[in-house]
Amino acid sequence: MSSGKQKRVIPGTTLFDGDMARKGYALNKMCFSFNSADNRAEFLKDKEGYCDKYGLNAEQKQAVLSLQVLDMLAAGGNAYYLAKLGGIFGLDMQDIGAQQTGVTKDEFKAKLVAAGRK
Amino acid sequence: MAKIVGGINVTHVPYIGRAIANNLQQDPYWKPFFDGFPPVHQWLAKVKPDIAVVIYNDHGLNFFLDKMPTFAVGAAAEYSNADEGWGIPTLPPYIGDQDLSWHMIDSLVENEFDIVTCQEMLVDHAFTLPLELFWPGQHPCPVRTVPVCINTVQFPLPTAARCFKFGQAIGRAIESWDTDARVVVIGTGGLSHQLEGRRAGFINKEFDLMFMDKLVNDPLWVTRYSVPELVELTGTQGVELLNWLTCRGALSGDVTKVHGNYHIPISNTASGLLAMEVA
Ligand SMILES: [Fe+2]
Repeated sequence: MSSGKQKRVIPGTTLFDGDMARKGYALNKMCFSFNSADNRAEFLKDKEGYCDKYGLNAEQKQAVLSLQVLDMLAAGGNAYYLAKLGGIFGLDMQDIGAQQTGVTKDEFKAKLVAAGRK
Repeated sequence: MAKIVGGINVTHVPYIGRAIANNLQQDPYWKPFFDGFPPVHQWLAKVKPDIAVVIYNDHGLNFFLDKMPTFAVGAAAEYSNADEGWGIPTLPPYIGDQDLSWHMIDSLVENEFDIVTCQEMLVDHAFTLPLELFWPGQHPCPVRTVPVCINTVQFPLPTAARCFKFGQAIGRAIESWDTDARVVVIGTGGLSHQLEGRRAGFINKEFDLMFMDKLVNDPLWVTRYSVPELVELTGTQGVELLNWLTCRGALSGDVTKVHGNYHIPISNTASGLLAMEVA
């Protein structure tokens, strides 16, 4: 499933384009549902059942249940919607950034601060 | 005719809402960010806008991938904030100005911007927090509002040049509205940041400072870059600078900088603030 067009390659970055939007639709739709507190509670009660209700494929479900953000992105997840899933587990953007870049949260925060000193 | 008094661009980050709710403005982490605002408060007290046209991007509160407009304009009597999923306090509703909304819609479509119109529209942190920063603690917000939403979520995004022209069309629409209303245009988002992927945490201070500098007197400078180039330079969410550029497009004639501030980081974001006055 791909548009087949030439794409600009940006290291460590995937543009959320039509190919990704098609691939990740079910996963993102589930994350969009987490705007509702009732849905967040329902998810926490039965995570796998909730994933099934939204029709996640095996790759997406595995990524969600193991809470691996890079895997969710590879499965078509979009950062804006995935943030709502992260919120359920009390993860902030530094937790998520640290996980994706393979450093501790303190190291990730230090890197942000260092970007301001350049 | 209505008068555009100027434009203000500012970063939006959900955690600003939590900082406000917990009164952390003077906390060492937040102080360099919040200290940017008093000069803007003073300027707003001087120019006294009646209405704010707020150019922002939705983060999955009102719009989802089922229907994703490139440009959308609110046309409601009132706009509600709602739970975005993070437990950040929801702010009270904002008063709309349906006369200006429909005047803008008529004028924009006449000028070949075929926008989506929204008589019901939830507004997320990208709309509410800038108003909260500019008019702190004032509920209801003392200005009437018109939300203008730009897609920065699903590519393709509108080009920088298109956004600037959209802003120009918004400016012409406001200035052709037969009232004596005073309007401030607000653009929210950016500056450089990237939330996702192995490049998460990316920030580009050099580019941000150049962008803020050029935006005042040479706003077309940034239109030399394609959207993917802007993502490479500013991050996947840094591309929200398109909202700043649209706001700047609405300002015509002599534009001068009133006040600017830049601080790294708040959350994962390089925060920027830029107020501009129209002579
Ligand atoms: Fe944003």
